[in-house]
Amino acid sequence: MTALSTHAGTGPPAAPPAADGRAARRPRTGRRIALLVIPATVFVALAFLVPMVRLGWLSVTSPAPGLGNYAKIFSDGISLPIMGRTLRMAVTVTVVTLLCGYPYAYLMTVVSARWRAVLLAIVLMPFWTSLMARNFAWVVLFQDNGPLHSALRVIGLGSVHPLGTATGVTIAMAQVMLPFMVLPLYSNLKGIDRRLMPAALSLGARPIVAFGRVYLPLSLPGMAAGTTMVLILSLGFYITPALVGSPQQSMIAQLIASKVQQVLDFGGGGALSFALLVVAVVLLALVGRVARPTTMIAGSGES
Amino acid sequence: MTALKKLPLRVFGVLVALWLVVPTLVVIPLSFTDRNSFSFPPPGWSLTYYRRFFTDPQWFGALLNSVQLALMVTVVATVLGVAASFALVRSRFAGRGLVNGALMAPMMVPGIIVAIAVYTAFLGWHLVGTVQGYVLAHTILALPFVIVSVTAALRTFDRRLEQAAANLGAGPWATFRQVTLPILLPGIASGAVFAFVTSFDEVVVSLFIQSPSLQTLPVKMFTSVTNEIDPTIGAASSLIVVFTTLLVLIPQLVRRSNAN
Repeated sequence: MTALSTHAGTGPPAAPPAADGRAARRPRTGRRIALLVIPATVFVALAFLVPMVRLGWLSVTSPAPGLGNYAKIFSDGISLPIMGRTLRMAVTVTVVTLLCGYPYAYLMTVVSARWRAVLLAIVLMPFWTSLMARNFAWVVLFQDNGPLHSALRVIGLGSVHPLGTATGVTIAMAQVMLPFMVLPLYSNLKGIDRRLMPAALSLGARPIVAFGRVYLPLSLPGMAAGTTMVLILSLGFYITPALVGSPQQSMIAQLIASKVQQVLDFGGGGALSFALLVVAVVLLALVGRVARPTTMIAGSGES
Repeated sequence: MTALKKLPLRVFGVLVALWLVVPTLVVIPLSFTDRNSFSFPPPGWSLTYYRRFFTDPQWFGALLNSVQLALMVTVVATVLGVAASFALVRSRFAGRGLVNGALMAPMMVPGIIVAIAVYTAFLGWHLVGTVQGYVLAHTILALPFVIVSVTAALRTFDRRLEQAAANLGAGPWATFRQVTLPILLPGIASGAVFAFVTSFDEVVVSLFIQSPSLQTLPVKMFTSVTNEIDPTIGAASSLIVVFTTLLVLIPQLVRRSNAN
């Protein structure tokens, strides 16, 4: 927006006729500025686009031409259950982060500036702390005879082994994903007019109704942004399931990794990757559809 | 009344905050263990694993590799990202949206897919386990962060300042160096920090393109949990946690003492 308007302001039409040389030079400078995008684009083409196309090509040509690799996803009896498990895990993690992140983000909007800074620093901390350090911490906490196992034994649940279970992976993954939910939510919630809730209450709405009909719809864009982020990241998450989970509970990322690294089945791994990509895109479209009508309400409410 | 009603919310907030911070802190006591295991709490104390971290060529070498690669990636990604941001914000060209999407894509596509695409391609190009390979792969992962923060800074940039400088007789290069760059610097700096952290912390792609002779610290940490039980990872984790916490906290403490 701003770029467009400033550009219109400095473009050739606005140039005074006296500055003849300049008026001629401006468009050329514009074109020269456009050239600046080339180096970055070359890098991305080399290290991302070409490899992606290669992977897609391998998925339909290796080991034999055709859609055999994709057919195998449906027939091998492993891929589909793992895909289902991954989907369930991604949705669970998203719901957990939403349920925990929403009150946290809301709290950030109602506390004093100093506490807001503390809460923000806490949520940003994971961005600065090594992902490996955090996952390793969960391995230590969840291990047999570890702190959690001992605590569970004290209350008579000694047979529960958190390491290698879906619950363990969920707890660890949700912690890793929480910032990606809280940050977009917070930037949305802090923009909501605080007077709307008292207004709804003074008009006779019960608190729960006022929240559900006034506040919640206005927070849908933030929820959609956070949900999108967490869903995408969870679907392709490799580190936490590989470290905290177990091979029996493996996720699609581990299946893809083992196909490529251990069996050197690039075609099969490629086919699974593109299947995962399709699932991700479909989920995104669903989230977008749920959030869209109310985004318009939120937009009109703000203006 | 309202204070009472807010109490559950505050308690819940504190619990979530603890969940975010406390589990990670177990790595600190663990790093002082004297056993060759992850037993927690440690049965005895020692500095064995700090000594090993700084003397074992595998661990210390991995740290040096990671720092060097992250610095290279920071330079490359920042230069490419700033240039691309100027083009994206200040010019119109055919396919601009498409190019923007392509530059952002590595951030949106699930990590494992990027990893195996890069791995299969790099195998063919003999880039697996090379410095060039790491820099190339980490750069495309870091670029989106640089572009997001620099384009944001450029969009709020008041271009009349450049016109004013030009009117006062500054050439294009002087205008850029003395006016544009200083104003954009905070945006560029935050992009550069993100680029460094992205590369320094990257695990998934690095796990695939690593070689025994060129390993990064996160990869070494990953294998020290999965392949061998090596408590040196506790010392490595603690150092990273303390270092990054200081990095974030020091500017705030300095600001506060200045205010006082």
